[in-house]
Amino acid sequence: MTTAISVKNIGKQYKIGAAETKFRYNMLRDVIVDTVSAPLRLAKAMIGKSDRRMNQNYVWALKDISFDLEEGKVLGIVGRNGAGKSTLLKILSRVTEPTTGSVTVRGRVGSLLEVGTGFHPELTGRENIYMNGAILGMKRSEIDSKFDEIVDFSEVNQFIDTPVKRYSSGMYLRLAFAVAAHLEPEILVVDEVLAVGDAEFQKKCLGKMGDVAQQGRTVLFVSHNMSAILRLTQEAIVLNKGQLIMRGPTQEAVDYYLSSGQSQAGERTWEADEVPAAAMPFTPISLKVKERSGKVVDTVRSTEPVTVEFEYKLDSSVTGLRVGLYISTVRGEYVFTSFDTDSPELYDKFDTRSAGRYISRAEIPADIFNEGRYTVGVNASSFGVRRYFMDENALAFNVDISGAPGTQWGEPRVGPVRPRLNWKIEKIGE
Amino acid sequence: MTELTKHEPQTVYIQPSKGLAALNLRDLFIYRELIFFMVWRDIKVKYKQTLLGMAWAVVQPVMTMLVFTFLFDRVAKLPTEGVPYPVFSFTALLPWGLFVTALNQGSRSLVAHQNMVTKIYFPRLILPTASVFAGMVDFAIAFVILVGLMFYYQVTPAWHLMWTLPLFLLLAIVTALGVALWLSAINVQYRDVNQALPFLTQFWLFATPVAYSASVISEQWQILYSLNPMAGVVNGFRWALLGVGNGPDLSLWVSVGISILIFISGLFYFKSMEKTFADTI
Repeated sequence: MTTAISVKNIGKQYKIGAAETKFRYNMLRDVIVDTVSAPLRLAKAMIGKSDRRMNQNYVWALKDISFDLEEGKVLGIVGRNGAGKSTLLKILSRVTEPTTGSVTVRGRVGSLLEVGTGFHPELTGRENIYMNGAILGMKRSEIDSKFDEIVDFSEVNQFIDTPVKRYSSGMYLRLAFAVAAHLEPEILVVDEVLAVGDAEFQKKCLGKMGDVAQQGRTVLFVSHNMSAILRLTQEAIVLNKGQLIMRGPTQEAVDYYLSSGQSQAGERTWEADEVPAAAMPFTPISLKVKERSGKVVDTVRSTEPVTVEFEYKLDSSVTGLRVGLYISTVRGEYVFTSFDTDSPELYDKFDTRSAGRYISRAEIPADIFNEGRYTVGVNASSFGVRRYFMDENALAFNVDISGAPGTQWGEPRVGPVRPRLNWKIEKIGE
Repeated sequence: MTELTKHEPQTVYIQPSKGLAALNLRDLFIYRELIFFMVWRDIKVKYKQTLLGMAWAVVQPVMTMLVFTFLFDRVAKLPTEGVPYPVFSFTALLPWGLFVTALNQGSRSLVAHQNMVTKIYFPRLILPTASVFAGMVDFAIAFVILVGLMFYYQVTPAWHLMWTLPLFLLLAIVTALGVALWLSAINVQYRDVNQALPFLTQFWLFATPVAYSASVISEQWQILYSLNPMAGVVNGFRWALLGVGNGPDLSLWVSVGISILIFISGLFYFKSMEKTFADTI
């Protein structure tokens, strides 16, 4: 077996203010001011008043990451928002340079970091296939030979000579993914493409990824969808705050990831560096799971109601905001989804939320969960307009089923829910 | 899928590049088709959903020529070395139009393709390069208009000098590309470039003998004047097409030297900034 990717002590330092804050780029004015004040700083440094500002302006998005990946292996990468997953993939696909360390990559790296990059709305589907293919590094002859396959996969045959600006978002996405999926690089890098598209398309994408893996190509797969990670990868690494904290069989890595990182059992708080700049004006503050007495707990009882509290801040007023919970099992199957403005009264009352701090509190009734561990995902969006924030795996909690229906038998029950149903038994004859 | 085994995959080393990193022209060669596609796309998209379409490539230089003719010929009565003023100015508007389009598109190219720069690897040099070459179609269309104008005013072209025309065209392209490399890279960090561009092109137009003849500049200022490479280009176009002016002299070589200097330094500046594009854009 040869090594496809060899990562050695990779580090990536970002200047805060250059990449993540509101001030995306400097003004020439700042530089002039900076240049003028430079001698002053130098003087200060010389008399011992060192200027600490210099150090505080930098943050390590990745630190000292090393791993090897053999050819033909599929590696999952899991970690919270801001853990450095995307930065790692960007370095591997040469979009950005590491600050320290080196990587040796054998083969062409194809990335599905962002499907449809380089698509031009005025060009037709056909033209965009060629354009996008060229951007991804395909030769024209290569695109020619795969053209029909790409069109079939995308299911846009009829509209192939229509400008893509007339496409529905689903068609657009299918076409974009189809081009990228047919790139056939030796190494494929996939970042969360599966979060978009309808269920059937997602299934198709997962199938395609499975194919790619079976053909003996090396795949790096980043996803928040634990069931997809479990299904497609045998091995995974866990990143936390820019550091590689574990590598192992996927099941172990996923378990480790799900059970780690919560600063306090039953409670999750967000630090500034975990919130992407794109979330503005929404800032998540904390998520808590509480039992009936109001105590924050890691384990709840199935027979008692559970309260989930999501605290957040709005820097400016937002129209149509809905804050929701995604409850799923640790395997990644959803149990249910619920939004704070589901009821018509609240929907009308909170049509627009002004700036300020909020808590959206949901009471999950008793007798819902079966025994096991569940994750709580949070989402803040304006339907059809914009998604501000999403953390599919914000928090996990355990469910204790003592006293729940059917516990007298002691055998495990299948399925994520364990409802207390209103059974009646009638004797209807002799 | 069996194609995979046919070739030995190339090995890529990724590490922090130091100093003036190698220009990595090999990658540019590997991605040569992308340059072609980008040029093709820019041309294809440029006049989409416009009423006049390609006619814009005619309207713009012709209107400028008419305004110049009125102002500088009818009103100011500038000398034109015996050539009808419309032909005289249009000959200069050809390379000038190419230069301005290339400069504007090229300088904005990196920022305009932000999503590509932050998501996919490809040699970044492709973006300004393709933008500069996309202006060639407009140039070709305007050239046809010039031929028509020369017929109409019965101007005899300088056939024996015309072979030098591609060289002056090359000088215009190298100059535009050189300036575009500088400005596009600066624009990634300082969007001041966007604000400065209209002013810069206007100023540059006055410093270039487009509306007037270079002969109105007095002798002692000629060399200083030729520090503007576009002066060399415009004089060269008039000389190669109409046979007016001095032809290649010291001023031209100064222009060529400055142009190459801008280009080479632009290339190195661009390459040294390239590694931070995805982070700062």
